[in-house]
Amino acid sequence: MAEMTALARVTRVEGLGMVTIRADLDRAGDAIAGASGLPLPGRVGIVAEGDRALGWMSPDELLLMLPHAELADALTDLREALRGEASLVADVSDMRCVFDLTGEDADQVLAKLSPTDLEMFPPGALRRTRLAQVPAAFWRIPGGFRLIAFRSVEVYLRELLETAAAPGTWLDPR
Amino acid sequence: MLLLTCPHCGIAAEETEFNPGGEAHLKRHGPGASDEDFEGYLFLRHNVKGPVLERWRHSYGCGKWFLAARDSVTLQVYGTYPASLAHPSDEVGDSVRAAHPNWRTQI
Amino acid sequence: MSRPSAPPPGPFRLASGGRLIDRAYSTGFRFNRRHLRGFKGDTLASALLGSGVALVGRSFKYHRPRGILASGVEEPNALLGLGQGGRFEPNQRATTTALMPGMVTESQNAWPSLDSDVGAINAPLWRFFPAGFYYKTFIHPRAAWLNVFEPVIRRAAGLGRAPKQADPDRYEQAYGFAETVVVGGGIAGLSAARDAAREGGRVLVLEQTPHWGGRTPVDHAGGEARVGALLDELRGMENVTLRRNTQATGLYDHGYLLARESLADHDPKADLPRQRLWRIRAGRVIVATGAHERPIAFAGNDVPGVMLASAVRDYIVNWAVAPGRRIAVVTSNDDAYRTALAALDAGLEVAAVIDARPVADGRLPQAVRARGVEVLTGTGIAGVRGGKLISGVDLCAQDGAGKVTGRLDCDCVAMSGGWSPVVHLWSHCGGRLLWDEPGGFFRPEPSRPPTGPDGAPNVAVVGAADGDLAVAALTGAEVEAPSAQVWLMPAQATRKARFKMWLDYQNDVKVSDVVVAAQEGFVSVEHAKRYTTLGMATDQGKTSNVNGLAVLSEALAQPVAATGTTTFRPPYTPLTFGAIAAEAKGAIFQPLRRTPMHAWHEARGAAWEPVGLWRRPYTYPQGGETHTDAINREILAVRGGVGMLDASTLGKILVTGPDAGRFLDMVYTGMMSSLPVGKCRYGLMCNDNGFLIDDGVVVRLAEDQWLCHTTTGGAERIHGHMEDWLQCEWFDWKVYTANLTEQYAQIAVVGPKARDLLEALGGMDVSAEALPFMTFADGELGGHPVRLYRISFSGELSFELATPAGRGLALWEALMAAGKPFGVTPYGTEAMHVLRAEKGFIMIGDETDGTVIPQDLNLHWAISKKKADFIGKRAQERSFMASPDRWRLVGLESLDGRMLPDGVYAVAEGVNANGQRNVQGRVTSTYASPTLGRPIAMGLVAHGPERMGEILEFPVKGADSVRARIVDPVFYDKEGTRANG
Repeated sequence: MAEMTALARVTRVEGLGMVTIRADLDRAGDAIAGASGLPLPGRVGIVAEGDRALGWMSPDELLLMLPHAELADALTDLREALRGEASLVADVSDMRCVFDLTGEDADQVLAKLSPTDLEMFPPGALRRTRLAQVPAAFWRIPGGFRLIAFRSVEVYLRELLETAAAPGTWLDPR
Repeated sequence: MLLLTCPHCGIAAEETEFNPGGEAHLKRHGPGASDEDFEGYLFLRHNVKGPVLERWRHSYGCGKWFLAARDSVTLQVYGTYPASLAHPSDEVGDSVRAAHPNWRTQI
Repeated sequence: MSRPSAPPPGPFRLASGGRLIDRAYSTGFRFNRRHLRGFKGDTLASALLGSGVALVGRSFKYHRPRGILASGVEEPNALLGLGQGGRFEPNQRATTTALMPGMVTESQNAWPSLDSDVGAINAPLWRFFPAGFYYKTFIHPRAAWLNVFEPVIRRAAGLGRAPKQADPDRYEQAYGFAETVVVGGGIAGLSAARDAAREGGRVLVLEQTPHWGGRTPVDHAGGEARVGALLDELRGMENVTLRRNTQATGLYDHGYLLARESLADHDPKADLPRQRLWRIRAGRVIVATGAHERPIAFAGNDVPGVMLASAVRDYIVNWAVAPGRRIAVVTSNDDAYRTALAALDAGLEVAAVIDARPVADGRLPQAVRARGVEVLTGTGIAGVRGGKLISGVDLCAQDGAGKVTGRLDCDCVAMSGGWSPVVHLWSHCGGRLLWDEPGGFFRPEPSRPPTGPDGAPNVAVVGAADGDLAVAALTGAEVEAPSAQVWLMPAQATRKARFKMWLDYQNDVKVSDVVVAAQEGFVSVEHAKRYTTLGMATDQGKTSNVNGLAVLSEALAQPVAATGTTTFRPPYTPLTFGAIAAEAKGAIFQPLRRTPMHAWHEARGAAWEPVGLWRRPYTYPQGGETHTDAINREILAVRGGVGMLDASTLGKILVTGPDAGRFLDMVYTGMMSSLPVGKCRYGLMCNDNGFLIDDGVVVRLAEDQWLCHTTTGGAERIHGHMEDWLQCEWFDWKVYTANLTEQYAQIAVVGPKARDLLEALGGMDVSAEALPFMTFADGELGGHPVRLYRISFSGELSFELATPAGRGLALWEALMAAGKPFGVTPYGTEAMHVLRAEKGFIMIGDETDGTVIPQDLNLHWAISKKKADFIGKRAQERSFMASPDRWRLVGLESLDGRMLPDGVYAVAEGVNANGQRNVQGRVTSTYASPTLGRPIAMGLVAHGPERMGEILEFPVKGADSVRARIVDPVFYDKEGTRANG
């Protein structure tokens, strides 16, 4: 029998800056796009260019992810762009843990934890849902998924993902 | 287990991703309200057998509240609409009346 | 019959045949310590029968000897205990358990042994165990129930014993999605799957056994090839998934289907999860679950060796096992003749076919006659000879009362009372059933299907499950005449005979029980079911339901359609707790929320207090300290020097926007819009019922920005509460909120030396002038970015430092290092509680319980009188809320130095309507105060604040009442000077 390997690799991602942006996106969308340097994502979408990404979190909330070194400038730019507009811009870089789940069977790992139809989940979509017992969000990256969840459950989430990725536990019919 | 479509993000998700919030379209009565009005607001609910209008929050998703027209007998979901609407949308109302021609909202 | 030439595995194994076994692999197993052998591909049942084991268990109530009845999930008798130690599992059906090498199995419900069971004394007494026996017998005297009846019954009745050790196996769950799910991999299911797949969309086919094709390969010539062709076609279709060993156990609302996939059942060496529970969302479900054969109610129909006719031919054809050497077939239909033919084909002897019908001249009966077997029409079985094994049957006229007309020697009876469609899944989610009078069974009522979220039907039924028993269009079989409805054998059976006719084998329910239930007025089918236990427990009436309903109908002299049927409830077959819990055990039983300093606390040996899902340090015992010692040390260190508390779990909600002040004025009882920038204010939150739901310090960060602190348990709840009002009531207000709780680590530095410590770290002016009480400042301390709040929950000079969570541990360690010269002491939640109680500060969840308003807690000062409205204001004006008789907060001082137990009540004069003492108050917080060297307590007391100095009596269990004096709840530093440093 061939050596069994895990269904996917679980890698902690460090060093991301994150900004939560809340505003009327119809009114302030252009300003946010300009300040963040990314086009506005559509409903339940995410746009990624270079090392920045802008995700749609709710009808009036976006999440900007970028290298931590660029965080301070981005906060300033966003606040400047939204001056006079009812809005909320906050640094949430420390609020979440980030994991990459990569490998051919990464979909199967998520299929064990989230009530999401992953066959109907294309690149460019962002899904806020739950992974077992905790809220989380994920989207596709080359070779798998990026996942974010609250920082306090990082240990739980890692063990959860590694359990679901245990060698030999493919979902394929046997 | 119910399947509901959040009107804000358009995602059809299972019941475990939502939190229920009871009857919709309650009119809040504050200071100055009569005892009768306040009692009605705080305690009296329709508890209809048939189409009900109810509150849900997409708590594991976009976090938004929305309202659903749902049948308490057949569990058919006639439609969902944002919590800011004072009445079910025409589309939702039509969908209810397709099954219950004499239906009138509880509002 | 010819004995097999090679003895192992088993004397009843046929020399050839067996489409499901692989004779190249023989395997050993144990049954009640006997070493037996079987083949790869055997079920436990086929291996036992092949080994000549006919007696496999004892019945539930009467401890009657029981053998294997069926060959599939409907088996009511052959429930065995499997495995050992942590892997022991009771009540496993031998018929659906794959034989694994080295398997250890045991029979149940027999003591001291299967062959000489003491409980069988119940059997001769069965007249005295009628329906409703327990209800009738054990009413009086009540004490006897607890001490006499229950222990004896618990010993004697019931099924297997529960395992005592933790289950070492792994389980998992997975979410599945398909536009069409077909349940059942028989020929009807496979054909429906092909049709669905051609229409498009994902098609998932679930088959409970390891094999495709259902009954077709056994029952129909060329069946195997027909199934094979369908499978080939399906395997070539991109949108089809075929999943074996997967049992659909329940169908719920909106197409939610649970199915258990066996990955490594009873095979610990596989190093895989044992089972996987699929949580499937199906656009539509096609139920192709076939039908179950019914027993016939004749006297002695539970003696080992009496089996379902289809099971007898399954064992012969599938596993090359002879259930008997000389088989008698008894039937109400043509189908059972297939068993006679299969037995003859295998070289076994068929004693006769006993056919209850007056005439049997269909193709199958004629074929059997042509093979030289006698067909006895119009005949029934009057009784079975033998106890633990059959030696023969007595014959009688079916339409008579049971006068014996002849005798037939046999060692196996293959019976068929017709077939019942398996309609469980259809019924689980609301599909209605109709009684099909010609067919003699319940089948789905096509006009009353289960419906989906759009109101359209979302379940369809095909094949035998829909009453098309032969599935002739697909199997090529000739359509047979429906089974005759033979509910009693013989039709005029005597009362004595009815005492020996079993309907429900698993629950030991007989024809006589159902008749008694009807006579005693249990005419509703649901009542009769519960009174007799017919169709209850793990098999949910798979073999007994229709027979029982028919007997009940006859007793009530009404058609079966008028009696109706009970509700089939999920699960179809039992689910293990393991599969339901799946990954949620051990370290990931539930998410455990850790603060940024969690590892530090852990390394210092912190004892934990769960607060919601958080773990907070309760106290940090040192050396051999008891918790009490440690808590007292921590409290005294704070009062006398400086302590540090990890306060990261406190909720932190940012509220911004032009209408934020107006919004917070509605959310809090106090005025928040008037709070100057840079200042902090204590706030109370109520719901619109007026009750206090949370408290915390509100900070005005900027003109249009507030930060609201909540309790540890309140962060998500209060954020949700705010969003609810913002989205649903004041949706036109320009306000945005963000729950930033986890963005920041927060550290309380508390005690007279707190300022010294911060100054030692350096970087900010923390003097009373620069940072007065209830203000905050942003800056850096020791190079760490902090927001520094001057707030106090202990009455001491106190600062709370917030820093980005990723820097929390570094800041904590820097503070610990800088504080070393001052004897800085980390303290936990219990010290925090005592410190606040010494100051009379309330705690949400101690002083509040969902029925307490701020006025009860003398917090009038935190309720604005200027505001026209806030959430809860109208409710607090209700007469009961405004009553002067409400219980209000006071301090309580024990007179004899004993601590008041938490939650005890103060008694008043007189008794209430129930004869209980009237009460006038209760204890809400109680602690031993090391600061004061005596116990302190707070409580809610009627007219409390007006009764200072009065003595109250608190009865306590097992000791004299504690008497306590009503005092001011502020026990320490009443002047409040210590917070000024």
